[in-house]
Amino acid sequence: MRAAVIVFPGSNCDRDMKVALEQAGADVHMVWHKDADLPEGVDLVAVPGGFSFGDYLRCGAIAAQSPICQAVVRHAEAGGYVLGVCNGFQVLTETGLLPGALMRNAGLKFVSKTIDLTVETENSVFTSGYRAGDTLRIPVAHHDGNYVADTSLAARLVDEDRVAFRYSAPLNGSVDNIAGVLSENRRVLGMMPHPERAIDALHGRTDGQAMFRALVEATVAA
Amino acid sequence: MKARVHVMLKNGVLDPQGEAVKHALGAIGFAGVDGVRQGKVIELDLADGTDEATIGQMCEKLLANTVIESYTIEVL
Repeated sequence: MRAAVIVFPGSNCDRDMKVALEQAGADVHMVWHKDADLPEGVDLVAVPGGFSFGDYLRCGAIAAQSPICQAVVRHAEAGGYVLGVCNGFQVLTETGLLPGALMRNAGLKFVSKTIDLTVETENSVFTSGYRAGDTLRIPVAHHDGNYVADTSLAARLVDEDRVAFRYSAPLNGSVDNIAGVLSENRRVLGMMPHPERAIDALHGRTDGQAMFRALVEATVAA
Repeated sequence: MKARVHVMLKNGVLDPQGEAVKHALGAIGFAGVDGVRQGKVIELDLADGTDEATIGQMCEKLLANTVIESYTIEVL
């Protein structure tokens, strides 16, 4: 499986993402935001966490306009896999690949801790390594993770089984405790928690490994 | 020419920062502050003759996230 990790000025989880994907067996290419194209034959694009462009204007807003993001949108529209974590999730909502928006945490504080995360659906490659109802222990570290969706969007996400993860307890004001959402074709996932920070015994937990393994297996099989 | 873009959270979108400012105003003794909404003002220095439709596109594409924000344009 060939994966691309996008690097913006201010990305800081890009190397962790690379390590997590490589550990699962992916061939990983780091791609600079000014590139206009993804490497040939990429199956998965990972948009990592961090503070792209200093979070100026809005988190993810300027990154979403960068040349590589147009290539990421084309990749997604052609049915490719895209994973956005933390700032990557913010970038994906700003590009319109995922619905809703991420606002300042309701408590106004930056939250940095390991939380309980409930798997809401097995019906996506990203979550196929878990069982619906599983509780994972995954770190979060964000200031703007308060997921906003109007009533009709929130209902549609539930009806279409597109809520991938929920916080097991209220964390940041997100509507219905939503922590991760899938695109309509279920091949784009955005999530605020960091699965790439839970892939090694030295991290304390390895609950994130199953996501990367499932992604690699699915794209090898294809 | 110059233009000023005001970006505000849409009505109905909870503004945690505005709420915090409201509480702070109460805490320092200003009674009767029923609500505070915090937004952004963006000043643009533009080539003469830039039409308002173009500024509107700037807002739609970048300056505002119309999922949660509304904007108004003031040509100065």
